[in-house]
Amino acid sequence: MNRSRQFAPARWAVAVAALAVGSTLLSACGSDGSSADGGPASAAARPGNTLTFAVGSDVGCVDPQQVGSNDSVYSTRQIVDSLTDQDPDTGKIVPWLAQSWEISADAKAFTFHLKPGVTFSDGTPLTAQVVKDNFEAIPKLGALAQLGAGYLGGYAGGKVIDDQTIEIDFQQSNAQFLQATSTFSLGIVSAASVQKTPQERCGDGVIGSGPFVLSKYVPSQSISLRKRTGYAWGSSLFAKSGDAYLDALEFKVVPEAGVRTSSLQSGQVDAIGAVAQADEAALEGSGAQLQARANPGVPFGLSFNNAKAPFTDPNVRKAIGLAINRQQIVDTVFPTGTKPATSILSHTTPSYVDLSASLAFDKAKAGSLLDAAGWRLGADGIRRKDGAPLSLTITWFANAATNQPALELVQQQLKAVGVQVELKQLQIAQITQILTGGDFDVLWGNLTRADPDILRSQYSTKGLNTYKIPATELDTVLAQQAAEPDATKRAALVERAQRLVVDNAYVTPVVELETELGVGKNVHDLKFEASTRVQLHDTWKS
Amino acid sequence: MWRYVLRRLVQAVVVLWAAYTVTFLVLDLLPGDPVSTLAGAGADSQGIDPAQIARLKHQYGFDQPVLVRYFHYLTKALRGDFGVSVSTNRPVSSVMLDALPPTLALTGLGLAIGIAFGGAIALLATYTNQRWLRQALLSLPSLGVSVPGFWVGLMLVQLFSFRIRLFPAFGNDGLRGLILPAVTLAVLPGAMIAQILAKSLLTALAEPYAQTAQAKGAGRARVHLRHALRNAVLPALTITGVLTGQLMANAVVIETVFSRNGLGRITAAAVTAQDIPVVQGVVVFGAFVFITVNLVIDLVYPLLDPRIAVGSGGRGPSRRRSGTVDTPAGGGALTTPAVEPAAGSAL
Repeated sequence: MNRSRQFAPARWAVAVAALAVGSTLLSACGSDGSSADGGPASAAARPGNTLTFAVGSDVGCVDPQQVGSNDSVYSTRQIVDSLTDQDPDTGKIVPWLAQSWEISADAKAFTFHLKPGVTFSDGTPLTAQVVKDNFEAIPKLGALAQLGAGYLGGYAGGKVIDDQTIEIDFQQSNAQFLQATSTFSLGIVSAASVQKTPQERCGDGVIGSGPFVLSKYVPSQSISLRKRTGYAWGSSLFAKSGDAYLDALEFKVVPEAGVRTSSLQSGQVDAIGAVAQADEAALEGSGAQLQARANPGVPFGLSFNNAKAPFTDPNVRKAIGLAINRQQIVDTVFPTGTKPATSILSHTTPSYVDLSASLAFDKAKAGSLLDAAGWRLGADGIRRKDGAPLSLTITWFANAATNQPALELVQQQLKAVGVQVELKQLQIAQITQILTGGDFDVLWGNLTRADPDILRSQYSTKGLNTYKIPATELDTVLAQQAAEPDATKRAALVERAQRLVVDNAYVTPVVELETELGVGKNVHDLKFEASTRVQLHDTWKS
Repeated sequence: MWRYVLRRLVQAVVVLWAAYTVTFLVLDLLPGDPVSTLAGAGADSQGIDPAQIARLKHQYGFDQPVLVRYFHYLTKALRGDFGVSVSTNRPVSSVMLDALPPTLALTGLGLAIGIAFGGAIALLATYTNQRWLRQALLSLPSLGVSVPGFWVGLMLVQLFSFRIRLFPAFGNDGLRGLILPAVTLAVLPGAMIAQILAKSLLTALAEPYAQTAQAKGAGRARVHLRHALRNAVLPALTITGVLTGQLMANAVVIETVFSRNGLGRITAAAVTAQDIPVVQGVVVFGAFVFITVNLVIDLVYPLLDPRIAVGSGGRGPSRRRSGTVDTPAGGGALTTPAVEPAAGSAL
């Protein structure tokens, strides 16, 4: 939900934090003894029980093809299966509904061989035609289905080869499509659900083939799911074959962070999303486990307007990168375990390479680069060149509670090398205007995607080119990786692209986005999948 | 009488139109538009495709000039069609109908608790002979008016949901789930009613008719309840009309703290998402409720106090010229009562 943390005035947060801390002090006196938190369970996994999960928001839609925020994905992901799955450890694409596939040499045609015997929860079978109908309906779903529509950009048509074989064709090379088939946005729904209007699908939910079935949805209240019995086509990554362990999942919408935290502490819920650093100690004190994983994609960072002086000078851009002490920002502001950015991709993204050597903190070198570029320290501590001060404005959006404190630190760190920084907060509604209009010095933001093709949509000059990057070898490399079906060769191209972005300092990556969940001590095997959302098929309660 | 009602109805229509128009303009003046907001919120994993955004803007009509959009929506609204929520794609009427019952239950119970406790505090404070008790009771309303609703809510949740585990901390489930939020919501109206009622009770008790009743041998309780209360209740009734607007505004905060579904929650979400159709539906509905409640209260006055007649004066119910000196607290038009300063500042 990094783009849509809404309605959390700061004063509430403070009041809530104070309350949460107060209640921990009290509860800490009461319960101690069981100290086996997070360790391997001694008891064997067993089926049964209901898992209650408190999330902060509800977008008013329970169709996985039409939602984007984590809080809605956690529940709707469990209803549908995807053609493929992605290993969160290796980034490798593995079978799920498709038992195998072939990709043409130009990465324009994708042929999937479906598993036999798969049925949707309304009893109808999974066929090649249903898959084709799904992919053709997604771009027509409208405003809410932008993720899926983006993955299917350039869709040229689907060929039903036989009942179990489908070929999907694109007008241009589209290597990212294989990973896209593993996402919830391209999760497959039944023929009946495809026919419904986007509104009906949002309000009534969809029929999927997944391990859980939607039983009840009360908007902005709760999403109830029950186990699908006879489920026999789980992803090859699932540890348990057949049905899920849990009988039912109950997602409760609890907008107040403090109420979510206290609910987990007091055992009224089994898991909560979006834990803040301030609540960590309280939760650990009550015996809950904290589970965190970095979101794949582009980490939070400072993206320069590369066409605007002084950012046209690579030495200025590099100096700003060198002046930022990432570790200090991480330690001060972000949840425990968050990693400073070590590349233009976060370390959980497939084909990530560690470029930390190029992204180290070196204040002295930053100063000498700026000196060499003609920016001399003035008496007021601000650098000047030809009388003009070295000042920049960082534009940011209130989509994560950590943005402001992180940027205030950035402001101090840059001041220390003589760069004056102003912070300018805009409404999320203005983001499109900024991205297309180019009216900014430096933008602060991140993007989540478990495929390195995110680099092409961000940094290719053939696209929107928000950051006004000059046309270089980078374009060629990004186009080549999009057309390369071979994973090893593609990884080499992606590595090259990361080096080009980092070495030229078009962007200064700063910190990875970490998703942190609080999980009760009796909950086991609640796992993150590749996009850092949750997989609940293997989860069980003791 | 009927001419008066008719005039009030015309006024109501003008107020509704003004509410609709002002909301439309304010939301239109905000930077951005609902489609861009939605794109910004949903484009987690993707660069935003400007062509797609332009298509969607066209589909929803956001590329039209403001006047064209205004009259388009206004004519539809006149037919009772507030359009489709941009963020959820559902018709505004069904979004609001779903959210209405829990909010009515919450505000209804909240108001009832507020009236009961506010009334009890005022009566007890003016009846008791214990000076310390009177002072303590009379200071309660100021406290109630000044504590923020969300703080009261969070304290109640911590105490009764997490420590004592008497009530659920979140959700719309039945009466048990309703009690804490209703109590939280009752604090402000309760405090204001107590404040106004205590003040006018004291005034009424000092009036000659109270002394006359006492001289005739009526007991203290009888004078208090039969004579003084009857006169003192009118200002409290007036403030109750004003409070319906306040209750709906407070529901936004209370429903969020207690994770309840309702009009307040959808309003907060719709404002954040710049979901203009939903915001307009809520605003027009709020104005409608406010107007209706106040009209009903104005029509009820003469039933409570025969000295008040509807439609005789220039505007609104007014006291008959023949009215004696011993009027209830405050003069002038009752629809805009002389509210006590402390209460007025909370409005």
